[in-house]
Amino acid sequence: MLKERLLELRAQALEKIESADGLKTLQEAHVRFLGKKGPITEVLKGMGKLSAEERPIVGQLANEVRKLIAAKIEEKKADLEAKLLEKQLEAEKIDVTLPGRKITTGSHHLLASIIREVEDLFIGLGFSIEEGPEVEQDYYNFEALNLPKDHPARDMQDSFYITDEILMRTHTSPVQAHTLEKHKGIGPVKVICPGKVYRRDNDDATHSHQFMQIEGLYVDHHVRLSDLKGILTVFAKHLFGADREIRLRPSFFPFTEPSVEMDISCFRCGGHGCRVCKGTGWIEILGAGMVHPNVLRMSGFDPNEYTGFAFGMGPERIAMLKYGIEDIRHFYTDDIRFLRQFNRA
Amino acid sequence: MLVSYKWLQDYVDLTGVTPEQLADKITNAGIEVEHIDYPGEGLKGIVVGKVEACTPHPEAKKLHLCQVNLGSETVQIVCGAPNVAAGQKVPVATVGAQIANHVTIKRAQLHGTESNGMICSLEELGFDRNYVPKEYADGIYIFDDQVPVGADALPYLNLDDVILDLDILVNSAHCMNMLGVAFEVAAILDRKVRFRKPEVMESTDSAGSRISVSVEAADKVPYYGARVLTGIQVTPSPRWMQLRLIAAGVRPISNVVDIANYVMLEYGQPLHTFDLDQFGSNHILVRFAGENEEITTLDGQQRILVSDDLLVTNGKKGVAVAGVMGGENTEVSNDTKNVLLEAAVFDPISIRKTASRLQLRSDASSRYEKGVDRNRTAVAADRAAELLAQFAHATVLKGIVEQGYRTVPEQKITMPLEKINQVLGTQLPREQIVGILKRLNFTVKTEGETLHISVPARRFDVSIPEDIIEEVGRIYGYNRIPATLPDGTSSHAALTPYQKIRRRVEALMESTGLNQVYTYSLTTKMHASSYAVHHAATEPTQVVWPMSEEHEALRQSIVPQLIDVIQYHLNRQMADVKLYEIGKVFLPDAGSPRPSEEEHLAGIMTGKRTERNWEGEPESVDFFSVKGIVETLFESLAIENQVDYRPSKRAGMHPGQTADILLNGEVIGYLGTLHPTVQREHGLNATYVFEIAIESLLRRGATEISYQLLPRYPSTSRDIALVVKRSVAAADLYRVIREHGRPLLKSVRLFDVYEGGHVASDEKSMAFSLVYFDPERTLTDDEVNAVHEKILNACADELGAELRG
Repeated sequence: MLKERLLELRAQALEKIESADGLKTLQEAHVRFLGKKGPITEVLKGMGKLSAEERPIVGQLANEVRKLIAAKIEEKKADLEAKLLEKQLEAEKIDVTLPGRKITTGSHHLLASIIREVEDLFIGLGFSIEEGPEVEQDYYNFEALNLPKDHPARDMQDSFYITDEILMRTHTSPVQAHTLEKHKGIGPVKVICPGKVYRRDNDDATHSHQFMQIEGLYVDHHVRLSDLKGILTVFAKHLFGADREIRLRPSFFPFTEPSVEMDISCFRCGGHGCRVCKGTGWIEILGAGMVHPNVLRMSGFDPNEYTGFAFGMGPERIAMLKYGIEDIRHFYTDDIRFLRQFNRA
Repeated sequence: MLVSYKWLQDYVDLTGVTPEQLADKITNAGIEVEHIDYPGEGLKGIVVGKVEACTPHPEAKKLHLCQVNLGSETVQIVCGAPNVAAGQKVPVATVGAQIANHVTIKRAQLHGTESNGMICSLEELGFDRNYVPKEYADGIYIFDDQVPVGADALPYLNLDDVILDLDILVNSAHCMNMLGVAFEVAAILDRKVRFRKPEVMESTDSAGSRISVSVEAADKVPYYGARVLTGIQVTPSPRWMQLRLIAAGVRPISNVVDIANYVMLEYGQPLHTFDLDQFGSNHILVRFAGENEEITTLDGQQRILVSDDLLVTNGKKGVAVAGVMGGENTEVSNDTKNVLLEAAVFDPISIRKTASRLQLRSDASSRYEKGVDRNRTAVAADRAAELLAQFAHATVLKGIVEQGYRTVPEQKITMPLEKINQVLGTQLPREQIVGILKRLNFTVKTEGETLHISVPARRFDVSIPEDIIEEVGRIYGYNRIPATLPDGTSSHAALTPYQKIRRRVEALMESTGLNQVYTYSLTTKMHASSYAVHHAATEPTQVVWPMSEEHEALRQSIVPQLIDVIQYHLNRQMADVKLYEIGKVFLPDAGSPRPSEEEHLAGIMTGKRTERNWEGEPESVDFFSVKGIVETLFESLAIENQVDYRPSKRAGMHPGQTADILLNGEVIGYLGTLHPTVQREHGLNATYVFEIAIESLLRRGATEISYQLLPRYPSTSRDIALVVKRSVAAADLYRVIREHGRPLLKSVRLFDVYEGGHVASDEKSMAFSLVYFDPERTLTDDEVNAVHEKILNACADELGAELRG
């Protein structure tokens, strides 16, 4: 009797579970068949009337039925939940091609990027970064650099004077003089001096009354011209590409002797001759030389004990060459359509 | 310096060296050849013709019918030149020839007569009009009679020449003449210089009987020499000399003038010729000019001198501004018979000052400024005398009348041999070094490891051992010097703390969307004195000789420059712009002409803060956008708790939307909205700015990071809404809440500000979220309530705040 009842309940339950269309009906089936007042509990309560032989058989069957129903409910529940989740996910679908909420960052000025690149290179080579005043004394801007008051080379750089003795610096070389002086005759001195400089020029495509310069100075025992050549080779390859070659040509600067100008093999045509290098295969990049003994002496260094090299370059020129920029005024007009092109520089 | 390749061959054998190769070698040895010019480029079919007959054209008054012998044939050419005549040898552009400006000559009919070619003027052959001698200026060119008929005309006009344009710097003044270039080229090529000493046939009459010299300014005039030449006939100079002068960029005038110029080009020694009969005395006195002394120079200009100017006089009045330009009163003319030839040495600095003050740069002054070869001055006078005898029929009176020393001793340099290799980084053997110096015509003696070098006066740029190192290096070739890396002590380097933190500030500004700019330090006086963080009582620093009013004074603030950049963008339909700059401002110092310099950070924002997109309308930047950036900056520097904002009134700023930024009570900057009238004047939209004296701030050094243990106990959060008078500032509430919340209050955040319907019209409601926390334990409700109560009471007592129900 009870056995039949259990089998009937099993069939009813399985049918009910199978047909459940939601978690709620499934829960109802759970309560109905497995609840404390459910029919299986009833069957178990009626077991007292059974014989000792029948009791374990019916008991076992009741447990099996209960377990089966519970397992089926779990199974169905998982199934229903999976379907539900799927439905939810379907509903949450978005157009992933719509534009995101991006954060527009500002750009770093191209000149700042070039200066930083040079600074970082030279820091790696053991040079510190020194800065100095933009309004200078005539002494540091000229005299300490072997440009006495009546030196004809002063013509080469017409200056913005504030008084007879004070002017807007015309190059960053006075920082060299200050730095040497600070070292009180004891080397090594290894510095890079970036900064703004000023000359009495009319602004046009190739001239600017304000521009940037980066000077380098290395003074120590036995610094050689060949070392300058080595350092400049590293510089040229770093900034303009690993297959660049350099060439030094003699030149004249009052603060160096010997003085040289450095050309690099054209990065556009590789040296065959093109518009960028005006057909020569070479591009003039910077001026350099061995520090003039007068400069060392005036700043407290003994030229018999120390030698050194110095070089100076124009970040604008480097930028213009590297990117084919046609007008130096762009750097100071600050058109954001110009600036933002170089954010990756 | 224009160097004729053909002329140079007078002094150096250039066999096997093309002009282009020569240019390359000269450049690599130190004097940049800026440009190579081919004067005959594009010309063809120009031959020497002889005018056999010349008759007036029957139909046209100004034209001539010429029968011209071209060697192989005789052709008829119609010629309009007034100076054409039978018997002349002339340059003829034959039919099919190309002349200057790519003009091709065709057979033509002129007034019914056939013309088979064209007799050419110098201009038609590409000569610059400014250099054409006046006898040929309005007509055809005429050759010397020995030129062969039918020959290619170009070589006889030096149009087969190549001109190298040398960029002469201060240290290469020795190459401002043909002999100097010859010595340089000879050293580079390792060849000999061909140089002949001039030979002067002097008469028995002595120059000293005609003239005497005295010099009052002996330290500025180390040598003054004069020759006297008589019986001169002034004519055009020989054609070969004219062509050489033209190639060098000098216009031929007459034999006397041309010879002086020619010798200057050849020797580098400026010479001056006076008409002796106009000299006005028989005594030359070189002295300083008197203050305001006047002289009329050759160009007809009246010059007013100062007491630093050197003046050549006849004892009474000036006859030449020494070394710069001669006087009109003694100028050589076509009628000149007797000439006084000056060959002198003047002080470079003195000449430079005079020439630049008078704005009178001549070929002479530019050579004196850079220096002349002391040992060549008297020789140059001899060379001119030789040429004047030959080409102007001059009688050369005996001797040079002179003051000072004709020659100077050679410069001696003693140095250790090894220094050369040490500085260059080379290992050149002794013989090679000595060989290079000998190629340069330096005399070298070696004594053990020491070099004794004697440098000719021609090379006045060489005076110290480093100059010798340069000479060896450049002739050996810098390209042959190895590239090495310094083997000195390795040194450590890093950015300074300031440089490091400044880079961080730049990155931070850019991360907030501001674009970095650089603007000019020099600006208008008006700009220079506006928007300063600390208004200066004194005028802005100004340059004495500005290029324009746009750039005459040093900025005390970056903001005016940024406003200009915004205006630039608005003029080009770019309305959403955000910029920042870190740069120096220059603050006048009452006690010194030199301003103090410090770096400021300034920013400017206008237009949209967000983009218009599919989610909705964009938002505009406003006061709080700019303030948010400033706050982010201070937070990143971990000094936000030391910073306060105080309403302030500043010129050019909106009086109700401007705050001073205070660090520990001291003003370090400001932020706010530009004044509406400023916006209107510049045609700007609402624009917001800030400027901070960042350098002094960052130089205080970074705040140390002190690590805090992660919290082990929960915090408690309470919200309160307070109703206060509208005049009460948020900062006041913050201050009171913080003050009375100590030590359990961990943070305060204002999350709502309300004015309107539910509060009185002169009041506002401000809602704060307060977080309480104790690192040692969990706070009880009673403890939190006690502090919270205390805060509410303080807000009520001090600010009249009421808890909003």
